[in-house]
Amino acid sequence: MSLSLRIPTPARLGYSFNWTGRIGLAIILFWAVIAFIGPWLAPYPPGEMVDWDYFGGMSGQYWMGTDYLGRDILSRVLMGARYTVGIALASVVLACAGGVLLGMIAGVVGGWFDTLLSRLLDAFNGIPSLLFGLVVVAAVGSSIPVLIATLAAIYLPGSYRFARALAVNVNTMDFVTVARARGEGFAYLILREIFPNILGPVLADLGLRFVFIVLVLSGLSFLGIGVQPPHADWGALVRENIEGLSLGAPAVVFPSVAIASLTISVNLFIDNLPTRIRDRSE
Amino acid sequence: MTEALVSVRDLRIGAVTDSGRQVQIIGGVSFDIAPGEIVALIGESGSGKTTIALSLMGHTRTGCAITGGTIRLGRHDVTGMREARRAALRGTEVSYVPQSAAAAFNPSKRIMDQVVEVTEIHRLMPRDQAEAKARDLFRALALPNPDTIGARYPHQVSGGQLQRLSAAMALIGDPSLVIFDEPTTALDVTTQIEVLRAFRAVMDKSAMAGVYVSHDLAVVAQIADRIIVLKGGEIQEEGTTEQILNAPTHPYTRQLLDAFEPVPHVPAASPGGTILEVRGLFAGYGAVRNGEPAAKILDDVSFRLERGRNLGVIGESGSGKSTLARAIAGILPAYRGKVRFDGTDLHPDLAHRSKDQLRRAQIVFQLADTALNPAQSVGAILARPLTFYHGTKGAARDRRVIELLDMVHLPAALRHRLPSELSGGQKQRVNLARALAAEPELILCDEITSALDTVVAAAILDLLKELQRELHLSYMFISHDLSTVEAICDEVLVMLKGKVVEALPATGMRDATHPYSRLLISSIPQLDTGWLKGLEQDPELMAQFMRR
Repeated sequence: MSLSLRIPTPARLGYSFNWTGRIGLAIILFWAVIAFIGPWLAPYPPGEMVDWDYFGGMSGQYWMGTDYLGRDILSRVLMGARYTVGIALASVVLACAGGVLLGMIAGVVGGWFDTLLSRLLDAFNGIPSLLFGLVVVAAVGSSIPVLIATLAAIYLPGSYRFARALAVNVNTMDFVTVARARGEGFAYLILREIFPNILGPVLADLGLRFVFIVLVLSGLSFLGIGVQPPHADWGALVRENIEGLSLGAPAVVFPSVAIASLTISVNLFIDNLPTRIRDRSE
Repeated sequence: MTEALVSVRDLRIGAVTDSGRQVQIIGGVSFDIAPGEIVALIGESGSGKTTIALSLMGHTRTGCAITGGTIRLGRHDVTGMREARRAALRGTEVSYVPQSAAAAFNPSKRIMDQVVEVTEIHRLMPRDQAEAKARDLFRALALPNPDTIGARYPHQVSGGQLQRLSAAMALIGDPSLVIFDEPTTALDVTTQIEVLRAFRAVMDKSAMAGVYVSHDLAVVAQIADRIIVLKGGEIQEEGTTEQILNAPTHPYTRQLLDAFEPVPHVPAASPGGTILEVRGLFAGYGAVRNGEPAAKILDDVSFRLERGRNLGVIGESGSGKSTLARAIAGILPAYRGKVRFDGTDLHPDLAHRSKDQLRRAQIVFQLADTALNPAQSVGAILARPLTFYHGTKGAARDRRVIELLDMVHLPAALRHRLPSELSGGQKQRVNLARALAAEPELILCDEITSALDTVVAAAILDLLKELQRELHLSYMFISHDLSTVEAICDEVLVMLKGKVVEALPATGMRDATHPYSRLLISSIPQLDTGWLKGLEQDPELMAQFMRR
C-alpha cells in the first residue's frame, strides 16, 4: 500500500469529465441558448403561413421545409425549444426535488408517516396522467406555470418511490447509525449522510423522467391543452405533421431530431457525470 | 515419492486496473500436491491465496488472467486446454467448496436437486443412484436426518449444516482434488468444530487431495498435512504443518504465529470508580405491545465496569452481544432496566440523552466498510464530531484531524482520501479515530477486529492498549474470538440467548464453571495439530446448547 502524498487537483478528486459527457453537455447548452434567443434567430414569424405549398422540401429559402399549413419549420423548431426545454427541465427538476426530499424524509422517519405518504402517493399514481392534465387545465386554464406544475405533480410519486427505496437502504448502514448515535439532527442525516449516497441513481432517474415529460407534454399539446397554437413544442410539431411522414416531408423529421438530440444528450451527460458525483457509493 | 497429483510451475496471474495499469497478483508460484494430501494456503487478505486456489480449476476472477506458468492436474494440462474442456474437469476432477454456503445455494431449489446437479451436468450416473450417493455423503458428513435433509430448502437448515451440504455437493462427482475456500470462517466456533470434524473424517476415508484456503493458522493446523504461507502473491515458506507451527524459518511466518499468541493484558493500576453500570437490562426488536417488543433479545443483563478497566463480552452469533452494545448506546432503547454512566442514569433512548452524555460513550462498529460514509473524505469524517461536540473550526480543526490520524498511526495525507481508497485495517483505524475525536471516556467496540487479518487485528489491539494508557479510556469489547478478549480485557461476560451466563476474570477463563462457557472456551481452535483429535466434548452438553 502506498501512502504517497496526492495533490488534490480536480482530476484527481474525480471531478473530471470524459468526452461523451462533454458532448452531451454541449448539446444541452446549445438548446438552452436557443431557448433564450430563438425568437431573434427565427427567419419567419412561427405562426405565419409563408409558403403556398404544404409539406415543402428543404430549400435555400426554408432550410427545414414547411409544415402542413406552409409554415416555416426552422422558425417553429427554434420557438419550440423554448417550450420543450423550459417546461420539461423545470417540471423534471420540481418532480425530482420534491420526490427525493419527501422520499428521504419518509425513508428516515418511517412508521405511520411513511405508510400514510406512500399510500397517498400510490393512490395519486393511479390517476391516468393525461386525464389528470385535462382536469387541471379545464379547472384553472392552460398556462405555462400550470403545465409545469401539472407535469411535476404527475411525475413526483414515481420519483418519491425511487428515492424512498434508496434512502431506506442507506438508512440501515452503520455510518448513519454512527451519526445518529453522535446525536446528529434530522437535517444533517438526510442532507449529509443519505443524500450524497443516493445521488447517482437519482440523477439517472432524472434523465429518464425528463424523456417521459417531453412525451407527455407533446401528448397534452396534441389534446389541445398543452402549449397553445400558433406556438407549439417539439412533440406537438411531430404530431401535427405526422401525415407528412409518408410524403417524406422534412417537417416531421426535424422536430423528431430535435427531441432525440435533447433526450439523448441529457442521458449522455448524466451517464458520464464525474465519477465523484455519480458513483459515490463505490 | 509418488508422482504429484497437482503440479503448479511458475504460475503468474495478472490483472488490469480501471486506469489500465497492469498489476501482477501472483508472481511465479510453484508447488506440488501429492494424491490424498491436504495442503493449506495461508496468508492475509490480498495475499493471493484464493486466486491460486481458483486457478487450479483454470478459473480466474473477472478482470484477472493467467499470464504465465503451467498447472497440471493429474494428466490434464489445465492452463493449456480450451475453456470447454476445463468445464468438463470441474465437478469431476476438481471441485470447490465456497466460503459462504448460504450464498452458494439457490434459495428457491431443494437441497437434493442442487447436490446431485454435478452428476446430471456430467451425466455420471442415474438420478436415483446419485441420490443414494448423496445420502451416503450426508451420513459421512454427520448431517442429521441424512435421508430427508435433501428435501429441505437451504433456509431450513443451519449455517454449519449448509456448509457441510456444500461439501457434499463438491464431493459427489468423486473429484481427485477438492478446494476449500475458507469454509469455516463465517461459522461460530462450536459449529466450526463440527464442520472441521466432518471434513476431516471424509477426507481421511477417501483418497482425495485437498487445498484448504484460510487465514486462520489454528484451523489449518487441524486439517492440513502441509502449509504454504503466502504474502503479496509469493510463497514465503512451505513445509509440513508440524514444521511451520513449531519451527518456522521465515520471519513472516513467525509474525503470523506471534499474532496468535495472546499478549497477557496488564490491568490499569487503580480503578477510579464505576464508569458504567447496567442493571436488569431488557431489550428487543419489533413492534412494541404492552411495553414489550415482539422479539425479546436481552434478558436481565447486569454488570459493572470500573474506570480504566476493560470488559469483554463473548458468545456466539445471536447471543445478543451486539444488541447489548446498541442498548447501552441507546440506538436500540431498552424497555426495562437501567444504564448508569459515571453515576448518572442515562435515558434508554439516545434522542433524550444530552450531547455531553453521547460524547462520553462512543460506539465503534465491526464493519469499517459500512461504518464510514463512502461519500465523505477521511478528513470530513473526522472533522464532523470535532465541530459537532467541541465547536472546533478552521485551522484548529485541521490540526486536530492530523493529530487524530497520528494517534491511530496513519499519515496526515490520508485525510484527502475517500474510504474506498483505504485498506481494511486503515478503515478500522479511521473508524476508531472518529470515536476518539469525541474525546470519550468509554468506547463500545463491537467486534472491531473480527473482519481483519490476524496480523492487522493484533496491531489494532496494540493500538487500543496504547490509546488506553494515554487517554485513560475504558473499553467494552465484544468479540467471538477468545484470544482477542484475553489480550485486552480484565473481565469477561459469557452470553447465551440474551442472558449473561457467567462473569469471569479474563486470566481465569480456562476455569469457567458454567457448562456453556466451558463448551465455548474449549471450542476455540488451538495452535496444535492434535487438538481436534484430542478434543472431547460432552455430547449432551453439545446437544443442549447448540442450535442444530
